[in-house]
Amino acid sequence: MSTANSAHSVVEPSSTTKRIAGAIVILYAIVTMVPLAWIFLTSFKSPPDSISYPPKIVFQPTLEGYCNLFTTRTRQTPDYIQSLGAPTSTCDEITRNRNMVIAGPSNYWPRFQNSLIIAFGSTFLAVSLGTLAAYGFSRFKVPLADDLLFFILSTRMMPPIAVAIPIYLMYRQLGLSDTALGMILLYTAVNVSLAVWLLKGFIDEIPREYEEAAMIDGYTRLQAFRKVVLPQATTGIAATAIFCLIFAWNEYAFAVLLTSGSAQTAPPFIPTIIGEGGQDWPAVAAGTTIFLVPILVFTILLRKQLLRGITFGAVRK
Amino acid sequence: MTDTDTSLLDKAAEKAVRATPAPLAFRVRGLSDRAIAWLFITPTIVLLLAINIFPLIWAVHLSFTNFRANRPNAAIDGVGLSNYQRVLNDPDIWQAMQTTAHFVFWTILLQMLIGFTLAHLIDRKFRGHAFWTTVILIPMMLSPAVVGNFWRFLYQPQIGLFNYIYSFFTGVDPSSFEMLGSVALSPWAIIIVDTWMWTPYVMLICLAGLRSIPDYIYEAAEVDRASAWRQFWSITVPMALPFIMLAVLFRAIENFKMFDMVVLLTGGGPGSTTEVASITLKREAFESWRTGRASAFAIILFVAVFGLANIYVKALNRVKQR
Repeated sequence: MSTANSAHSVVEPSSTTKRIAGAIVILYAIVTMVPLAWIFLTSFKSPPDSISYPPKIVFQPTLEGYCNLFTTRTRQTPDYIQSLGAPTSTCDEITRNRNMVIAGPSNYWPRFQNSLIIAFGSTFLAVSLGTLAAYGFSRFKVPLADDLLFFILSTRMMPPIAVAIPIYLMYRQLGLSDTALGMILLYTAVNVSLAVWLLKGFIDEIPREYEEAAMIDGYTRLQAFRKVVLPQATTGIAATAIFCLIFAWNEYAFAVLLTSGSAQTAPPFIPTIIGEGGQDWPAVAAGTTIFLVPILVFTILLRKQLLRGITFGAVRK
Repeated sequence: MTDTDTSLLDKAAEKAVRATPAPLAFRVRGLSDRAIAWLFITPTIVLLLAINIFPLIWAVHLSFTNFRANRPNAAIDGVGLSNYQRVLNDPDIWQAMQTTAHFVFWTILLQMLIGFTLAHLIDRKFRGHAFWTTVILIPMMLSPAVVGNFWRFLYQPQIGLFNYIYSFFTGVDPSSFEMLGSVALSPWAIIIVDTWMWTPYVMLICLAGLRSIPDYIYEAAEVDRASAWRQFWSITVPMALPFIMLAVLFRAIENFKMFDMVVLLTGGGPGSTTEVASITLKREAFESWRTGRASAFAIILFVAVFGLANIYVKALNRVKQR
């Protein structure tokens, strides 16, 4: 890229410059979307279509991937399948066409539910604790405030595996291994550092005069916090919550080490989806698609606050 | 807020409020500020002590013992510094550190180059730039584990889309190379995925840097007839530098800790070609069950990240003050 041609200038960039810049950026955006588009397309392919060469862009869409994602199947003789009544659902029909019958639900939905419970539970706790602590740090002279804040941040620098070793031992002692509560507490601890830093920034921006005026009008400090500060901080709290939610939703390292069954979340589960003779890529793609959709929605909702969130509030705009 | 309470107490309070300087005034009713401050902060600190600090201290303790988590009932003996000595003398661990350094270096270099260029182009404010910026940001919000797992499919020789597209443009036989299976290519396979995922992150921070430069500086440079090239190197780059350095800091810390994406792409293989520090640590702790030695390694990693980050932040602050 020739920087000389595109260097910043007071004069509005010429329309040619703009057009070239736009074309390059759009090209980049399209290229980065290819893997995601491929996940989406693969989720509607049949297993043979998904591994054909050359890769198929035009194909007969099927829900087989989604059916396989949510069910477990067993192979049966054609005679047995003939003897069954009419198929009761689309999935039933698709499965029978492959000489199989649905044996029961798969673990995807329970794992997805775990993800929901753990992500929302830890987000709620982290944001609640974070809002209180952030208000404390923002409004009062806390002894050693800078040290405490840095301490809170430094807990994010540890490699997750390093944290997981003692947590694993501690949870084993406390009976928190493979429980939703254990994961909620752990993710809360990780997220609360982000929440405190971000929310302190947001609360710092609310003029103290608002609360002071309310207190002169007869509110106590707590009432002023609840009725003046919280409503003012709603945007900040919502943005922080979404960041916490995304972290807990996406987290893999702790989940794979500390959960194995009943509290396992979706990220460690999705890679283990296998079909007959190897990975069932359409089912994996279907699981991935369903898993990614909430994040896409959140990214779009968050786009204005994104910068602040990813830099721990270091960059505000 | 037009509470017209007329009770005596309130009147007295109001008088007190008017009479005392601001910080004192609000201690008149309800909990004192001091009590509220501690009430608000303590739960967070307690949680962090319980789930971050206590385990860390425990890990420090374990690092001086021969404890193995798969034999919880065996006697635990103190072994002094021998775990640290072994870790620092272990060629496998140095190999993992080198692999990590290689990964961190190339991902940051590529992400900075592409990210800064993109930010610079987006800053031209072409039509629809806001929409396309949001589109570009999507990969960084996704789960590295789930997406890394899917990239394994894209990298399949012959059937994978990556090999197909590469061969489409170069004419190389798509089944002639394996991104994940070959010693030469697998480090690049993880670098490509990480760059795909995190370039938007760098781009976003660089964009904030570029937008923080006030127009009048460029106006002055125009008046002085500084060339566009000169403006770029003596205005744009130095003024965006604190932001660029911040992006480097965050990316370096994150990639130093890298685990999930690499585990799902290559699992550290082939052999140990892509075995980054976190994977070695996981193997020591949860496969070999040498908990004591793994704890020592974990402490060394933590001290390294923490120390380097601190030095770097000092440098960053110096640049900011200039």
